Amino acid sequence: MTSVADQVAGPLLAGTADAIARDPASTPAVAAPATALATGSERELRLDLFRGLALWLIFIDHLPPNLLTWLTIRNYGFSDATEIFIFISGYTASFVYGRAMRDSGFVVATARIMRRVWQIYVAHVFLFTIFLAEISYVATSFDNPLYSEEMGIMDFLKQPDVTIVQALLLRFRPVNMDVLPLYIVLMFFLPLILWLMKWRPDVTLGLSVVLYALTWQYDLHLTAYPNGAWVFNPFAWQLLFVFGAWCAQGGAKRMSRILSSRITLGISLAYLFAAFCVTLTWYLPQLSHLMPRRLEQWMYPINKPDLDVLRFAHFLALAAVTVRFLPKDWPGLKSPWLRPLILCGQHSLEIFCLGVFLAFAGYFILAEVAGGAGLHFVISVAGIIIMSCAAWVFSWYKHVADKSASRKSTSGNADMAGGGL
Amino acid sequence: MKSSLGAVSGVFLGLMLLAGILAAAPARADDAPQSCEVPAYLLESESALPKVADAVKSGHPLEILVLGSRSSTIANSEASAYPSRLQAVLREKLPAATVNVSVELQAKKTAGEVASGLVKLLEGKKPTLVIWQTGTVDAMRSVDPDDFHSAIEDGVAALQNTGADVILMNLQYSPRTETMTSAPPYLDNLRVVAQQHDVPLFDRFDIMRQWNDSGDFDLFNASHGPDLAKRVHDCLGRALATFVIEAAHIGPVQQN
Repeated sequence: MTSVADQVAGPLLAGTADAIARDPASTPAVAAPATALATGSERELRLDLFRGLALWLIFIDHLPPNLLTWLTIRNYGFSDATEIFIFISGYTASFVYGRAMRDSGFVVATARIMRRVWQIYVAHVFLFTIFLAEISYVATSFDNPLYSEEMGIMDFLKQPDVTIVQALLLRFRPVNMDVLPLYIVLMFFLPLILWLMKWRPDVTLGLSVVLYALTWQYDLHLTAYPNGAWVFNPFAWQLLFVFGAWCAQGGAKRMSRILSSRITLGISLAYLFAAFCVTLTWYLPQLSHLMPRRLEQWMYPINKPDLDVLRFAHFLALAAVTVRFLPKDWPGLKSPWLRPLILCGQHSLEIFCLGVFLAFAGYFILAEVAGGAGLHFVISVAGIIIMSCAAWVFSWYKHVADKSASRKSTSGNADMAGGGL
Repeated sequence: MKSSLGAVSGVFLGLMLLAGILAAAPARADDAPQSCEVPAYLLESESALPKVADAVKSGHPLEILVLGSRSSTIANSEASAYPSRLQAVLREKLPAATVNVSVELQAKKTAGEVASGLVKLLEGKKPTLVIWQTGTVDAMRSVDPDDFHSAIEDGVAALQNTGADVILMNLQYSPRTETMTSAPPYLDNLRVVAQQHDVPLFDRFDIMRQWNDSGDFDLFNASHGPDLAKRVHDCLGRALATFVIEAAHIGPVQQN
């Protein structure tokens, strides 16, 4: 079960000849010079770092709110960890499978992408099982007359025949289980996206923007069970994914001019500050009278299902500032303190699932012990430590497995082993 | 299967041990007298209740209708639920006025279902003020927030057409089910509609969260009898009475 899209050239890769060259035009898999290798892996470390960060934040967001919740970025602006996760997933997936498509052709790359889709689907079903356990536990253990109405969420347990089938069809998604279905759909269309990208990256991005605009114009959406629509509308969120893919196919390089300009930086910082001020009024309602009513009426509600332009712009600003202040050769990326984050980012699917599971376990403890803020904090930190340790074990195992694989493999599947890394 | 179960329970056990060591026996103040103060900003509203103000001024009876759901009541003790408490407190604070609070329970109905039945429901009634408490069912069924938004708009318009003032009331703060339902879209939409239609919003969610965070009530704990519910509803009734008086700008002269 090697997760293909998950790790791009971590330092573990440094031993293999399968260096990921940054420039798509250069030929990969040739014994790359050490310098190119180094820049290649450094570049990807930033992605891993932020995906790891997104995973930690998603974990914290899944726990009942506590002290650490204040550290998550959704409290400081419009966008949240989901945007980071989807963008970086688009970037890395396009990077890895784009190369596979060039090397092995459309059919093989598609097959590998579909294998990945299947893995994500299985992970989703696993998470649904966890949710069932959680909700059944609450249903039987919680008896507070104050909340007899809220206990209605258990009603779906009365019709398992319908709900479980709907869950397998990705139509019934309990809360917090919306990212993976979105990811599944996006990955399913990755072969098409990559095929178009190979032809004309800019046109592909343009088409994606057009689809996004059409979504807003005609309210395109996927229906959910028992009613409503998908919480993350794939028609809209594909924009982030395709944008990530476009950046990986050389778009980022071409944008470097814009990214390094002072004007971009100024606009980004100003926008981030404005967004911060607006968010402040959500959490300190005493300030809300300072908000101009005209602005409120124009801006609210900020539409998360359809990836509001305000959210997308907030993510872009955040990314622009990050790229500016965190150079690819920042020595801190090699520091042992950031290692856990990077490792988590390199095993995103596994760590994501583990995070959801740990959030449930933490919730279980809180429910049984009825702990206060201190215990809340301890559980959050313990969860993050467990996630990091697990990521370390995955890396170690992959390292060992790849070593033995490369020893006995023929040239044909050496590529598979390397690509699978 | 067995080994993975073992691993799972191992993780649990480890975490439980950790938790046990570090949980400094949380102090629970179940028997202490209830202080459930609400920060002033949660009881302020830019929107007004002109009809209520008129009724109190002119000495007309103040007919209040609570359009609620299951959480507007406590099983087997209606008299302790917040609508009854509201009536008692308002009568106490406005001795000169005639205050009547009635309740219309719409259990297990989404805002859309309630809104479409409003005209029929209000036939023959002439409330001065309708307090519409909604959102919980929609959140549990994850109704499309846009549909929820338009349902609230339709409902508010229908209520205002009957000549009544309207207060919107949002969901209960329910930390135990917080990870299973997603309240924010419904809270946001209620806030937006309240703003757009110039209707006061009684922020039950934030008020209860405030109580939970400050330790007035432990809303997370599972093992509570009807007592906690009664005390919470009493406090909600008081807060709601203050909110109505403030939003109607009823001066101290009329109050006593």
